[in-house]
Amino acid sequence: MASKAYQRVYTQLEAITKATVSLKCKGVSNDELAVVSGRLAQVVKTKGDLVTLQVFAGTEGIPTNAEVAFLGAPPTLKVSDQLAGRFFNAYGEPIDGGPEIEGEERQIGGPSVNPYKRRQPSELIPTGIAGIDLNNTLVSGQKIPFFADPDQPYNQVMADVALRADVDKIILGGMGLSNDDYLFFRHSFEGAGALDKIVSFVNTTENPPVERLLIPDMALAAAEYFAVDKNEKVLVLLTDMTLYADALSIVSNRMDQIPSKDSMPGSLYSDLAKIYEKAVQLPAGGSITIIAVTTLNDGDITHAIPDNTGYITEGQLYLRADSETGKVIIDPFRSLSRLKQLVQGKKTREDHSQIMNASVRLYADAQNAKTKLENGFDLSDYDLRCLEYAKEYAIRLLSIDVNISIDEMLDTAWDLFAKHFSKAETGIKQKLIDKYWPQQQQ
Amino acid sequence: MNSTGKVTGIVSNLVTVQTFGPVAENELCYINLDGTKLLAEVIKVNGDKASVQVFESTRGLKNGNEVEFLGKMLEVTLGPGLLSSVYDGLQNDLTTMEDVFLKRGEYTDPLDRKKLWEFSPTAKAGDKVEAADWLGEVKEGWLPHKIMVPFSFKGSYTVKSIAASGSYNVDTVIATLTNEDGDDVDVTMTQKWPVKVAIKGYKEKPRPQKIMETGLRIFDTFNPIAEGGTGFIPGPFGCGKTVLQHAIAKQGEADVIVMAACGERANEVVEIFTEFPELIDPHTGRHLMERTTIICNTSNMPVAAREASVYTAMTICEYYRAMGLRCLLLADSTSRWAQALREMSNRMEELPGADAFPVDLSSIISNFYARAGMVVLNNGKTGAVTFLGTVSPAGGNLKEPVTESTKKAARCFYALEQARADQKRYPAVNPIDSYSKYLEYPEIVDYLNKTIEEGWVEKVLKAKNLVRRGKEVKEQINILGDDGVPMSYHEIYWKSELIDFVLLQQDAFDAIDALCPLSRQKFMLNTVLDICDRNFAFEDYQECSNYFKGIINILRQMNFTVDGSEEYNNYLNELNKLLENNGK
Repeated sequence: MASKAYQRVYTQLEAITKATVSLKCKGVSNDELAVVSGRLAQVVKTKGDLVTLQVFAGTEGIPTNAEVAFLGAPPTLKVSDQLAGRFFNAYGEPIDGGPEIEGEERQIGGPSVNPYKRRQPSELIPTGIAGIDLNNTLVSGQKIPFFADPDQPYNQVMADVALRADVDKIILGGMGLSNDDYLFFRHSFEGAGALDKIVSFVNTTENPPVERLLIPDMALAAAEYFAVDKNEKVLVLLTDMTLYADALSIVSNRMDQIPSKDSMPGSLYSDLAKIYEKAVQLPAGGSITIIAVTTLNDGDITHAIPDNTGYITEGQLYLRADSETGKVIIDPFRSLSRLKQLVQGKKTREDHSQIMNASVRLYADAQNAKTKLENGFDLSDYDLRCLEYAKEYAIRLLSIDVNISIDEMLDTAWDLFAKHFSKAETGIKQKLIDKYWPQQQQ
Repeated sequence: MNSTGKVTGIVSNLVTVQTFGPVAENELCYINLDGTKLLAEVIKVNGDKASVQVFESTRGLKNGNEVEFLGKMLEVTLGPGLLSSVYDGLQNDLTTMEDVFLKRGEYTDPLDRKKLWEFSPTAKAGDKVEAADWLGEVKEGWLPHKIMVPFSFKGSYTVKSIAASGSYNVDTVIATLTNEDGDDVDVTMTQKWPVKVAIKGYKEKPRPQKIMETGLRIFDTFNPIAEGGTGFIPGPFGCGKTVLQHAIAKQGEADVIVMAACGERANEVVEIFTEFPELIDPHTGRHLMERTTIICNTSNMPVAAREASVYTAMTICEYYRAMGLRCLLLADSTSRWAQALREMSNRMEELPGADAFPVDLSSIISNFYARAGMVVLNNGKTGAVTFLGTVSPAGGNLKEPVTESTKKAARCFYALEQARADQKRYPAVNPIDSYSKYLEYPEIVDYLNKTIEEGWVEKVLKAKNLVRRGKEVKEQINILGDDGVPMSYHEIYWKSELIDFVLLQQDAFDAIDALCPLSRQKFMLNTVLDICDRNFAFEDYQECSNYFKGIINILRQMNFTVDGSEEYNNYLNELNKLLENNGK
């Protein structure tokens, strides 16, 4: 951060914790940035003359006579079209060796959209993955996380989704990414030749954890520039929001705040909502869609982080390793896109929602058959056909390595129905059966 | 002259102010930040230091910023034009703001001051009146909107003069009253009232006398909510809380509906903006939006205003109740309100109660629920505020402070359940855990038995008990296997499934099934209970399940068809044939 001529400098710290320093000073404004011993910090509390600063890079080695210089403004990001194709750290500084960005300096974490000015999301975002497009269709302006265990390939899936999605800009906000994952994203974006529409803000595990707190606001400030100023369709990827929440709890703990559930700060819901609610369909046509990752601890969704997230986001996507086929699939039972009915059958073929319901119901019947089998009961002919169907359904549609158009997904589902079931067993409306049931199989 | 002060401390939206002069608890103040005035409310006073919660972002605020106390508490503006408005938690009109983004310190007028209303007087010069008495009325849409003696007026007054019939704006003086000391006071069509104080001005608050119809079987038949009653809907995310609330907002038998979107998703409110103007009120045939006010403080809007939003909504309901109208308040979600309280209590470093919530959470919630109710006005007419809140329990666990506190305060409990939602049994209200205390009120039992049919409540309890029995035998069947239990177990189980599929489940997206009138609910309950009363003779459990699946399918199809249509009668004939063949 460049120093400025009018800055006020102090050299006497009153208190130091692992994440914060406190000092006596005057004329400091809330949320203002400061530099403590060369590290960026932000005002989080003032009490009389005593000001507490959250030091993003941690306080290791900071002496009580450290130099503190106030910068007079909250965190900002310079926005312009030059952002495209670039990689930045949590402070918005280039980390790809390229030049500094020139553009308008804007405060990050700005105000929210007037709810009355929003438009109802109505544009489909196809991803090629049938577990998403067919069963949990994404809509522009939606916010939805992957709930995944740390060992699952969520970053790969997100990169795939991002590169296939028909959007104008992709903004990656990486929090606590391992260096390997960071390079993975970088290589896949470069390899796809899509670098010019991608902006990345990255905090890796090599960086201090508190820095992560800036990442979502940085990414969303860039997203708002493209969506509001340029009327573009913007997709924001945030991974991993669990590590973001962990950083929140570190700071609140250092400030002696009383923790609520799972040692998370009491404001967790509002903190997460402020980020996710930036997803919006704007009246002028631009939109911000957020796909996030929330890693779970052994699938536990009652933990405060996934729980609060579930109440904020418009659905959630679960990854699951399918033991039958050895594929990673999008779990059709627990995954949900709350906005899918806004596009299914409206922006997609008329048989979409019926196909979705029928295929998932038959897959559920297969699960029941499997339970019967495990409990040593005899299987009926129907049960056996369900099991056969489930295997093919997982490989040809649910698996995350599928990449086909929505019409192909629907046709594939009709093929599977015709191969394994009678028309009546599918329970689909007669009108649709007459129109779409594959002829050669009759 | 109001007191002033200056800022001495800031943690997020909690600001400490050094005060010069007296301040009151809950008094409002403006904090001046470079010309932008940020509204805040006093929540604690200690010596000459006041803690205030700011209703806006405090970014850029400095120690030494000047504070101007306003000498009043947070108020709402009441008057014609409230209906079909969209407000934020502090009653700013969101529709008249120009920017796409909300601007800090931008406050808009809740009422259109220029609009003319067709006023007709109902009081005349010389009448003795007191607070909340009606002076005249204007037509707000199709509702008679009473112009009342302001609630803040104490003692009795004599009407000195009253405006003749004609068109006036809300600020026109429509009456002059003389108080007991002989002083004259002017009354316009608008008045203000502090949101945290309940509006009184009625004669008495009796026990509820009747139920509020919602067209939902799980409500009206099984767990009816009284007009002027209270209820709450707890449920994990993804269980259909919002769909249920919207269904009630669309179908609830009330004159006025106030929806408080309190800390929830903005896109859900957008759905209301988009859908409601198109929808028709099934009871009056008018546009739904005409009877609806939306208070919208979504999850990303300032936390302190979230707390205010539920009070703003309640005060608007109480205002319409004083006109002798039936109001329904829907608040989604009261957990977000409680969390706002928690955030403030936490910043004030108060000793926390369970789950870090403030220790007085329970009493705050009961006080709020107590503001609902049916009232008898001074002129003998009645009005009601029915309140339904949702609760979002952390982790779906109902043993948490907000659910437990609300359970003590609300009389109806609609427990949404993950397991039912997973099985797509919507509405996913657990039929065994849920209850309506009103079914124990002799007044309500009398009302139901008189308006629906003699012995109705007994039938409802019987159906509930069958569901409970069904659950018990299902557990036995799961343990012992299909062949390990007597045939009668299967029969009991399938009878409970019949009640579940035909009565408890209801398709909110089917045009006909979504709204089930009481007459139809009566027919369906009687039909289903008649089947349950029969003894069947089945060879094996397969035959039993197939037989009941057939019956269930027919009755469900009936739910989807127009009452009395040819299709409907065909299904009825089919049902009777099926019953003749096996029923004994």
